[in-house]
Amino acid sequence: MVQFILRRFLAMLLTLFAVSFVAFAIIQLPPGDFLTSYMASLAAQGDQVDPRVIENLRQQYGLGEPYLVQYWKWFTGILQGNFGQSFEWKRPVWELIWGRIGYSLLIEGMAVIAMWLIALPIGVYAAVRKYSLGDYLATIGGFIGLAIPNFLFALILMYLSFVWFGRTIGGLFSPGFENAHWSLPRIWDFLQHAWIPVLVLATAGTAELIRILRANLLDELKKPYVTTARSKGLPEWKVILKYPVRMALNPLVSTIGWLLPALVSGSVIVSVVMNLPTAGPMLLRSLTTQDMYLAGAIILLLSVLTVIGTLISDILLAWIDPRIRYGSR
Amino acid sequence: MTPQTPMVDKPLLKIEDVEIAFSSPDEADIVAVRQVDLTLTAGKTLCLVGESGCGKSVTARAVLRLLDQNASISRGRILFTPPGEETVDIGALKSDSLSMRAIRGNKISMIFQEPMSSLSPVHTIGDQIDEMIMLHEDLKPKEARERTVSLLDQVGIPGPRERADTYPFQLSGGLRQRAMIAMALACTPNLLIADEPTTALDVTTQAQILDLLKKLQDDYGMAMLFITHDLGVVAEIADEVAVMYLGDVVEQGDVFEVFRAPRHPYTQALMRSIPTMARKADRQRLSPIKGTVPSAKDRPQGCAFTSRCPHAFEPCPTVRPERTQVGEGHVARCHLLTQDTTRAEELA
Repeated sequence: MVQFILRRFLAMLLTLFAVSFVAFAIIQLPPGDFLTSYMASLAAQGDQVDPRVIENLRQQYGLGEPYLVQYWKWFTGILQGNFGQSFEWKRPVWELIWGRIGYSLLIEGMAVIAMWLIALPIGVYAAVRKYSLGDYLATIGGFIGLAIPNFLFALILMYLSFVWFGRTIGGLFSPGFENAHWSLPRIWDFLQHAWIPVLVLATAGTAELIRILRANLLDELKKPYVTTARSKGLPEWKVILKYPVRMALNPLVSTIGWLLPALVSGSVIVSVVMNLPTAGPMLLRSLTTQDMYLAGAIILLLSVLTVIGTLISDILLAWIDPRIRYGSR
Repeated sequence: MTPQTPMVDKPLLKIEDVEIAFSSPDEADIVAVRQVDLTLTAGKTLCLVGESGCGKSVTARAVLRLLDQNASISRGRILFTPPGEETVDIGALKSDSLSMRAIRGNKISMIFQEPMSSLSPVHTIGDQIDEMIMLHEDLKPKEARERTVSLLDQVGIPGPRERADTYPFQLSGGLRQRAMIAMALACTPNLLIADEPTTALDVTTQAQILDLLKKLQDDYGMAMLFITHDLGVVAEIADEVAVMYLGDVVEQGDVFEVFRAPRHPYTQALMRSIPTMARKADRQRLSPIKGTVPSAKDRPQGCAFTSRCPHAFEPCPTVRPERTQVGEGHVARCHLLTQDTTRAEELA
């Protein structure tokens, strides 16, 4: 098991290196750089910029140098904890993003947990009572959840809450708590705001999980080992929870790793709509303004999350399924 | 072991005139088992033989009420009398009721055909056996594990203590079936149902498993309901044999009686279709049973074997033959035995 984790860890480091290379290539792809779009916006306002100032800036950031040199500077900087400067905000990238990444992780982690908590009982019920009223309701609800775009659901919720309760929902805190230190009232305030984006982000995933879990479980329920468990004299609920459900979870556990990036990229529009201080809107903005170090750092961190997520689901899968654990020797 | 005098006692399990039907939303009900009468006594092995799809496994599963939800026992009784206890009609119990669960695994246990897929692949052998012991007996996990290890030892698994911590996929088919047997015996049941336990194994392993089952039966004194389509296995293990055809038990009797003098045309045809070892010059062509098994939907009102029986006459397709005593503890259901004495003699 230790060897298994160690090998996966090494593979993870290599993947990260490759990902950082590709990420940097992608943010370099659009023609021009931050300074060209900066000049363009100044020119649009009627200002003139001294070409020598621009040339100085270009030198300072090494923008004229070949790709590999730029990449190497950026990459070695990151290894020392220096993510570079944001052109637009004129501040170190790390300062800008770490709070936002934190909120992203918090909201999306809560969404993942909410997904599993809602989907697990419903999926099991739908499979065990196949074609019952409850199963049909779960199916209908599931398809609605899959079909509604998240941002639309967010808009509907905001509208309803404004019409019915006279409250605007949006953001993660009430104005008074925005910049306060963490305290119990602030956490309470956060939770009051956070449940809506969490719910919105979790809907599509929940619906998908219910469908997959139901299908997997229907397959497993027919397997002979379920009959064996029944023939032991176990109560029906215990038979189902201990044996087929356990088996039906395997393919789901292996996809935990993909949930995180899907949520992050899927949450951009929701975050914009609901005015959430997460990483999504900042990534969007930095890409439009070609603020390359900021965009690069966010993309890199998202890939780190993906790779770590995959590692976690690999380890979880090996832990719950002995066939993988022993097969890897 | 000191077997109680079973002659005086009630039989351990008495299946009376059971009919099992499967319903489906878009078809008429299918009566998979039409008429089954079986009697099992403690310490004896009853072999249930018949072709695929004749209702052997359905009958066996009905005894433990393990049938799918769309199956129902539409007629008849399954009377189970554990030694020193009241008779219960298993057919009338709810399949997930407390009293049914107290019988399952504890008084009646079952071995399945596929040792590959009948054990959970993600739990250790020991874990799966411990669970059964702790479910029915008030034992601590450590004590249950001790019992498990001694059971595994008893069924001939080498290194039982280490093997208890292995997963099914790490064992061979034979060892897995032995583990399955150990599990079935964990609570010393009164009745062991074995549903084709050797079909998925190779012949050598098959012989070992049969020997093991016979030895364990002697040790534990339990009754065994053994389901197979292999007449060689029947000759090896059975005390009594019951022959099923398309949902009906057509003949039941002492294994020597039935093999020596089968009275139902189907049993006779079965016996003739077993290949024998003979010198080349003495060899004869096997005579297979003509035709194929009709589906349960096309079964005639009367005797199910009518469409393939060489002796069929007027009452066969319409009137169901009575249970006729043809020897001591040997019964068959055939019109020849009751109506046409000349033909019956000709048959015998």
